[in-house]
Amino acid sequence: MAKAGKAADSAAKGGKLPPAKELLQYYRDMLLIRRFEEKAGQLYGMGLIGGFCHLYIGQEAVVVGLQACAKLGDAVITSYRDHGHMLATGMDPKGVMAELTGRAGGYSKGKGGSMHMFSREKHFYGGHGIVGAQVPLGTGLAFAQKYNKTDNVTFCYFGDGSANQGQVYESFNMAELWKLPVIYVIENNQYAMGTAINRSSAQPALHKRGESFGVVGRQVDGMSVVAVKEAGEEAVAHCRAGKGPIILEMMTYRYRGHSMSDPAKYRSKDEVTKMRAEHDPIDQVRALLLGNKMVDEDALKAIDKEVKDIVQQAADFAQESPEPDASELWTDVYVEA
Amino acid sequence: MSIEILMPALSPTMTEGKLAKWHKTEGDAVKAGDIIAEIETDKATMEFEAVDEGVLEKILVAEGTEGVAVNTPIASLRGDDEKPGTSSEKSAVPAKKAEAPKAEAPKAEAKADKAVESAVTAVKTPAPELKDPAIPEGTQFVSMTVREAIREGMSEEMRRDPKVFLMGEEVAEYQGAYKISQGMLDEFGPDRVIDTPITEQGFAGLGVGAAFGGLRPIIEFMTFNFSMQAIDQIVNSAAKTLYMSGGQMGCPIVFRGPNGAAARVAAQHSQDYAAWYSHIPGLKVVAPYSAADFKGLIKAAIRDPNPVIFLENEILYGRSFEVPKLDDYVVPIGKARIAREGKDVTLVGYSIAVGHALAAAEKLAEEGIEAEVIDLRTIRPMDHDTIIQSVQKTNRIVTVEEGFPQSGIGAEIAAVMMEKAFDYLDAPVTRVHGKDVPMPYAANLEKLALVSVPEIVAAAKAVCYRK
Repeated sequence: MAKAGKAADSAAKGGKLPPAKELLQYYRDMLLIRRFEEKAGQLYGMGLIGGFCHLYIGQEAVVVGLQACAKLGDAVITSYRDHGHMLATGMDPKGVMAELTGRAGGYSKGKGGSMHMFSREKHFYGGHGIVGAQVPLGTGLAFAQKYNKTDNVTFCYFGDGSANQGQVYESFNMAELWKLPVIYVIENNQYAMGTAINRSSAQPALHKRGESFGVVGRQVDGMSVVAVKEAGEEAVAHCRAGKGPIILEMMTYRYRGHSMSDPAKYRSKDEVTKMRAEHDPIDQVRALLLGNKMVDEDALKAIDKEVKDIVQQAADFAQESPEPDASELWTDVYVEA
Repeated sequence: MSIEILMPALSPTMTEGKLAKWHKTEGDAVKAGDIIAEIETDKATMEFEAVDEGVLEKILVAEGTEGVAVNTPIASLRGDDEKPGTSSEKSAVPAKKAEAPKAEAPKAEAKADKAVESAVTAVKTPAPELKDPAIPEGTQFVSMTVREAIREGMSEEMRRDPKVFLMGEEVAEYQGAYKISQGMLDEFGPDRVIDTPITEQGFAGLGVGAAFGGLRPIIEFMTFNFSMQAIDQIVNSAAKTLYMSGGQMGCPIVFRGPNGAAARVAAQHSQDYAAWYSHIPGLKVVAPYSAADFKGLIKAAIRDPNPVIFLENEILYGRSFEVPKLDDYVVPIGKARIAREGKDVTLVGYSIAVGHALAAAEKLAEEGIEAEVIDLRTIRPMDHDTIIQSVQKTNRIVTVEEGFPQSGIGAEIAAVMMEKAFDYLDAPVTRVHGKDVPMPYAANLEKLALVSVPEIVAAAKAVCYRK
């Protein structure tokens, strides 16, 4: 947490200020995730979304900054806190929201739900509900990229909670042994459900967790999209050059509870308020754009309106789309040979 | 007094081996720890060390001799400076410690006992009696071990499709812990025949990810006992993702390796996982018996667009069967095979239990009972029709499996018979199965725990109301 906010300060101080067009894109993409998640929370409260629903609010800079480093064919895989990743890979908000409401128009025809959505077209490989399971899977996607002699890479996201699962280290070992092009993105939002990192981790500096395998690790201010992008470029270059895996520990923060039913009593309101006030990723970009007089308020308002409309259309679609036909119960168990 | 040196057992399932080479000749002095011979087992060639000191008196089995039974005297050793009579006690426990292999045994063999004499291995393999209607008239057959059949099937598929690769512990440079992949590294190279660390959950998950990424992995578990380390990836990732993705994310992968009891490796290394995996929608589960089916079904499994659990059996690896000599012999998944025709009682099993059922059928025939033996071949999807058609004829059925009874394959078949063939039954469905205990180590207890031919015979007679 100590590092959160650092890189943004340096950008603000005139370090490497990206061009306005790029910053505007970040602003829009992060705002889309924020507004989408707020709407999802609202629909959950109305009983339209069931089960588990894990919101990404506060962590938007991580996936938006890294996706800005990706090229066509790069794969993305993550845990169950996955809505932001789907939107960042370009998946249709309507299809994502309709999956949340369990409707036929959802990405998984309503059969996967919040935690299990995929898009082969966008190279988004889920959405996995078992903590840490996506780490060997992502390593396998990178294995296939190398086997097929492409120069694509895999962004394999997991949280500080997953970081204590054994299969993560089995993956680090194989990835380094075989020089697989995988970027392990540890989204360290400080809490594994309700357990603070210092209560769960003997080595809380998670970017060091690959050291015994020789996997390079970096700690990055995950609240600053500019810092994330910069670290992402280095990581992608490392992987595309055939140097094997790399770990990016993104120091980030989720504003909401672990899931919708989490009252978050394990941390103080002050802590959350302070993060929101001082390190919010969207506010940071907004401040850069306005402070450097790169755009005026109206330009941002136009984006706000565009995003609001997209999210409203998604919410409408998610309620209008019918429930899956009863016959769908029996489909997609096997691929017909 | 001379000491007899006996043919050692060098793996849990070894009952005989080849005396590949003598390193000493008659008259040579031998010290404890000297390598005196090389013994070829079904898995590897091992160096054989002396434990006693003396002079090699006589070589009883010439080098190059195959099929030397365990515990056969292969040489005699004369104690050098001992007084007559003093070595007689030693000769009562000849060469016992010398049997430990020098080469490091792989994990599956770590708990290997030396003297193996299992009731299971003693069962002779009756050849499948009926022709497969799918094999054209006039097809030539070649004798082939199950081990060779699996290897041929995999190699043919790897030649056909460059997306197929083999990954697992000791599959490449070691040539396979059970020699299944012997020679495949040479043919396909290290990019396609890949040694993994001992990291089952990791490489099983990596394989699933590679399948999502468009490849066709064959993941070998050294034995299926170790697949429990990886069962989350098999069940939650491989089997369910197609459904959870609304049909987008198929997972064409084969998990294969020996399943069930080997011999004398005790509870953690002797378990049948057929029932475990057959419980899961999204998986296919295959457990062949004959070499022909192993070959045809491994090819089908590799081509299948779904995750397939391919259960092999260590004791069957070395058994030979007639395999059709066809360019591309593929056996469809989901079809059982009538291994022997009969009219009085149906015996249905899979994997090694088919051999037991065929042996039982022979015995029953001597008593005038004609048993029909069904080799399930595939556990999921199960070929209910073939079982029901048989029961419509015989009106009696006995299930045979090595696994535990509760929620087992026999229990499943019994339920299906209740639902779909109740009116045809003249006797209750009867199960013969592994005993409901962890596998014991002691030879006599292990024999009791395993399913046996006399138990099948007794069950068949009981449902026929015969004494």
